[in-house]
Amino acid sequence: MTPTTRTRWAILGLTGPAYLWLACTIFLPIAAMLALSFLDKSPLVPKPASFTLDNYGAFFGKPFYWSLTRWSIELGFWVTLFSFLIGYPAAYALAKRVKGRWREAIFLLIVLPFWSNALVRIFSWTMVLRSNGIIDLGMQSIFPGAPTVDLLFTYPAVVIGLVHSYLPYMILTCYIALQAIDDSLIEAGRSLGASKFTTFRRVVLPLSLPGIISGSALIFVPVIGSFMEPRILGGTKGATLGMNIEEQFTVTANWPLGAALSFILLAIVLVIFGILFPFLRKQGGAA
Amino acid sequence: MKNLADAGIRFYLILVLVFLYVPILVMAVLAFNKSPLYALPFEFDLVWFKALMENDRLLKAGLNSVLIALANTVIATSLGTMAAVAFGRYTFRGKTMMQALLFPPIAIPWLVIGTAMLVFFFWIGRAIGYPGIARGLHAILLGHVALSLPYVIFVVGTRLNDYPKALEEAAATLGATPCQVFRRVSVPILAPGVVAASLFAFAVSFDQFVISYFLAPPGVTTLPVEIYTSIRKGFTPEINAISTIIILVSMGLMLIVARFYRFGGERSGNE
Repeated sequence: MTPTTRTRWAILGLTGPAYLWLACTIFLPIAAMLALSFLDKSPLVPKPASFTLDNYGAFFGKPFYWSLTRWSIELGFWVTLFSFLIGYPAAYALAKRVKGRWREAIFLLIVLPFWSNALVRIFSWTMVLRSNGIIDLGMQSIFPGAPTVDLLFTYPAVVIGLVHSYLPYMILTCYIALQAIDDSLIEAGRSLGASKFTTFRRVVLPLSLPGIISGSALIFVPVIGSFMEPRILGGTKGATLGMNIEEQFTVTANWPLGAALSFILLAIVLVIFGILFPFLRKQGGAA
Repeated sequence: MKNLADAGIRFYLILVLVFLYVPILVMAVLAFNKSPLYALPFEFDLVWFKALMENDRLLKAGLNSVLIALANTVIATSLGTMAAVAFGRYTFRGKTMMQALLFPPIAIPWLVIGTAMLVFFFWIGRAIGYPGIARGLHAILLGHVALSLPYVIFVVGTRLNDYPKALEEAAATLGATPCQVFRRVSVPILAPGVVAASLFAFAVSFDQFVISYFLAPPGVTTLPVEIYTSIRKGFTPEINAISTIIILVSMGLMLIVARFYRFGGERSGNE
């Protein structure tokens, strides 16, 4: 079937504005940034710029940027791991054990904070973690005279805040995957003599893997690009690649270096998707 | 034994909810505390809400946020709905590719998108002789619409997929004019999806911090940007007060969305 000219104009008219907008605000800017990462002068400088590989050279040559990148990836790993450890059992309980109105209510309560302001939620942790905060006061009332607990501006504070921010993603994706598993498969495993644990390990866990993988991707990617959360909760501890990119654009005004670092961040993101995506598709067919 | 396990499960879920809500509740409670240093014992006072009413910077930033969110809602919902209708009602070459292009705006870290926009707008501005246009409320709005579009297209598209094109064709076969088909069949099908999508678009813009942060020139801010600046200067309970209001607005909006758009994937739309 070949679309008539009129249909073709209708499609163009309907999709054109949205995609023109996306081109001007996402795709062209990304291309512009790629170009800038190969220039030797910031556009803020009125002199003409010329081609250079120095910005990428700076990244690959200086151990400082390597350690920033390692920190960011480690942070992503810890946040994803804890989100899984806390989120998967919750998703399992919601999908397989809790029914009816309870399930609906708890589910809504879990996704609700996710749609509230991320910055405000991170800020709220400062009041819990700082000395004289809620954790500190709680410890003092249980163990009078215990040393002050001041977690603010520490690495664990950043991990806690980020897990709080992204936990709903993991619960959501795992819940959807777990809910799609037919209960009769679990019953079949049980009636064929497998123990509860074996049934879980051999049936439930593999079938819910797509949910775990997509949840991990949804958490890992924004975490390695985070800068606001480590700044508010971590202070100067555990600087991330994201924090350094922010500084290149706002403080030191070295835009070409910032652009190069952004592209390295983007490359890491692409590698992660590249690793996870085929795996997700293969597993996705089963669920 | 079964009851014990059920009790354990319920206890665990409650623990997860405590983890999610305690910091927010602590912040809200401290917004009503008299002491400026968050000192206890708690003493109820509205002093920080009164201070907020006199804080022109925060109020102006709040007004900017609401205006941008409203403009974003109108633009993103109309453009997104149009694209969703094209995807839902026509088959054409390149459709899959176009739908795949909706993925990058969601998957690329906002930090990268925000700085890329700054670079691109700055170059455009310099090319036409006004570098100043790189940043400002208009630039922030451009960015917010780009982030909202994929969500709108997805939400409206899901709704549209539940109702086959045959409904509109049937109406036309039975003698309805194109205008009648649109008014009596298409609009009622689309309406719940469009309402949910517009609320999503409002929330995406109202909560957006990273993009606004890079595109806000000195002196012009949105609420999240102003809050970030204040937090870095030092804590004040006024920030708790405004944050509590923001949280209530966002969560209220999402409760309304939940009425139109079921979470959990069991069904979409609300009949």
